Amino acid sequence: MLSIKDLYAGIDGKTILQGLNLEVAPGEVHAIMGPNGSGKSTLSHVLAGRDGYEVTGGQVRFDGEDLLALATEERAHRGIFLGMQYPVELPGVNNMTFMREAMNANRRARGEPELDAVAFMKRVKEEARHLKLDEQLLKRNVNSGFSGGEKKRNEILQMAMLEPRLAILDETDSGLDIDALRVISDGVNALRTPDRSIILITHYQRLLEYIQPDHVHVLVGGRILRSGDKDLALELEEKGYGWIEEEAAA
Amino acid sequence: MNSQQQTMDDLIRTGYQHGFVTDIEADTAPPGLSEAVIRMISAKKGEPEWLLEWRLAAYAHWLTLEEPDWAQVRHPPIDFQSISYYSAPKKKGDGPKSLDEVDPQLLDAYNKLGIPLEEQKALAGVAVDAVFDSVSVATTFRKNLADAGVLFCSMSEAVREYPELVRQHLGSVVPYKDNYFACLNAAVFTDGTFVYIPKGVRCPMELSTYFRINEANTGQFERTLIVAEAGSHVSYLEGCTAPMRDENQLHAAVVELIAMEDARIKYSTVQNWYPGDEQGKGGIYNFVTKRGDCRGDRSHISWTQVETGSAITWKYPSCILRGDDSVGEFYSVAVTRGMQQADTGTKMIHLGRNTRSTIVSKGISAGQGQNSYRGLVRMAQRAENARNHTQCDSLLIGDRCGAHTFPYIEVRNPTAKVEHEATTSKISEDQLFYCRQRGLSEENAVSMIVNGFCKEVFKELPMEFAVEAQKLLNLTLEGAVG
Repeated sequence: MLSIKDLYAGIDGKTILQGLNLEVAPGEVHAIMGPNGSGKSTLSHVLAGRDGYEVTGGQVRFDGEDLLALATEERAHRGIFLGMQYPVELPGVNNMTFMREAMNANRRARGEPELDAVAFMKRVKEEARHLKLDEQLLKRNVNSGFSGGEKKRNEILQMAMLEPRLAILDETDSGLDIDALRVISDGVNALRTPDRSIILITHYQRLLEYIQPDHVHVLVGGRILRSGDKDLALELEEKGYGWIEEEAAA
Repeated sequence: MNSQQQTMDDLIRTGYQHGFVTDIEADTAPPGLSEAVIRMISAKKGEPEWLLEWRLAAYAHWLTLEEPDWAQVRHPPIDFQSISYYSAPKKKGDGPKSLDEVDPQLLDAYNKLGIPLEEQKALAGVAVDAVFDSVSVATTFRKNLADAGVLFCSMSEAVREYPELVRQHLGSVVPYKDNYFACLNAAVFTDGTFVYIPKGVRCPMELSTYFRINEANTGQFERTLIVAEAGSHVSYLEGCTAPMRDENQLHAAVVELIAMEDARIKYSTVQNWYPGDEQGKGGIYNFVTKRGDCRGDRSHISWTQVETGSAITWKYPSCILRGDDSVGEFYSVAVTRGMQQADTGTKMIHLGRNTRSTIVSKGISAGQGQNSYRGLVRMAQRAENARNHTQCDSLLIGDRCGAHTFPYIEVRNPTAKVEHEATTSKISEDQLFYCRQRGLSEENAVSMIVNGFCKEVFKELPMEFAVEAQKLLNLTLEGAVG
């Protein structure tokens, strides 16, 4: 589904991804781990098409299509979702209206009929309940005055509503207490389907106890230095990242 | 919201929509301003002597004044001799007695603007006075209103039919000596709207005036006078458009509101004069004096304005809170883009005890637009326990525009309370990325954020017009980013 080949990319003239390769098949969950500054967030932003990031080499294909040629919103229409590390506030924009507009923008782009107001309300309330998200938050402005945990849950709520084909969750676990982590993990697990892929970007093995990945990759210095199954994450938890860098250097 | 969003999307792709010219034979005075021109206007309208005297006195005073230059706007000097001060579509015979007799071309022009004047097609519950260049061409639903005792007609008619009422109130809120442009207006005003709500009457429908400038090189100088007697209520809305022309055209109007005891006047404006092109060529100079007098105790005047058009907007709808416990409100959205300039705000003059005022101003600047809020809150000596709350927010889109705030606060009574809050924000790249990542186009995202920013003001507009205002806003901000 997603195929990244020899990707070089960066920002402000600095190359951060240095020949990254990654293959993600439908239904798979991949975890990408790595120390600060290794390029995890750059990867998520480049995949989502954020302005300012520059791709200097390599290619990214999504369902065979050249992903890098598409505008940010077109990528969203194709089914790419980025759960943000720092969800922004949109003052004055009602959370529910925002979600509905986004859903319908995607539906329109795909030539599907728009969801009517009643059906939308029913679904959003149901999904919010699964995520134990206070219904009041639906009526507030997007992320305005939300706690850290509420913002992250609101991201997963949007993911549930938008039903992406590929979800990239950028440090969704950061800043969460153990209860919130469990709720969010349950939410994500409920969204696992045979044709939906997920890339989890995280610092910590902890998240992977709740969301079991099919593959774990270690990103260091803009390249994936090692890939394995979930045991690799445990090994990293125990030994840190240093040994991988040393091995790679040797 | 869905279908609304759809219309927005459609609208976003189009430019200024009201730029057409109606080819109608007009009776237009040659350019130039003199006593003779004023006498001609007065004669054409068959005015009584006192009104001509008033006009001439205003003109004499105007000749002693200099054009003010304190506003945060820039324009070449206006050549008042190059403007034609009177233009009216030619009438056949005595002029229309009913709508059936109105020139079909005029009806057509208003249909194109989405303001059908045929009553059966008109927006339910809204009566319209249509002013075309210098004259009122039609007023709808007059009979329904007359049944309720409400007088709603053009100013020219009011001068003929209700001379005593007009004479009593005209210039009592904005005297001709008030300021340069108000003085000019008093000398040369051609038409406008007159509304009179008798004691205790709640006006059964929304009243509105639709102003249209059509002829080239003409100025529009209309005067609106609304008198709400004790205990009466009225909601009034004005809309304005003009063709796209390369020359600047002057619109110097005066609006006077009078609210007696327990009366309520709600005055809403959706201003969409031609703003000029991207390079700043052409467009309307919108230099308007609007003032409401809360004359009676517990009276209430509320101004709501959505200003998206005009090359330059220069206006300060104000309230004189004379009656004890009277209330003044000002809700404003002003948008400038391209080369547009706006210097707008309000004055709240608290004279009476326990008077209250609220100011909510939302300025949006995009392109190279310059947006200034200028507001005066004055608490006079006897304004015991008067209160004001001002909220003044600016939103910047892009990095070549400007927002300026000039609040003036004068407090002469120690029990008065004045609060002023101001914010300036910019639509951030983070916000746009967030929205686009969710599948919204950049224009969609901007319109959503801007509409959110203006929500507080839009909710003050009558329902039918809130949607209209929202559409206009989106249209105005088309292509504002990037």
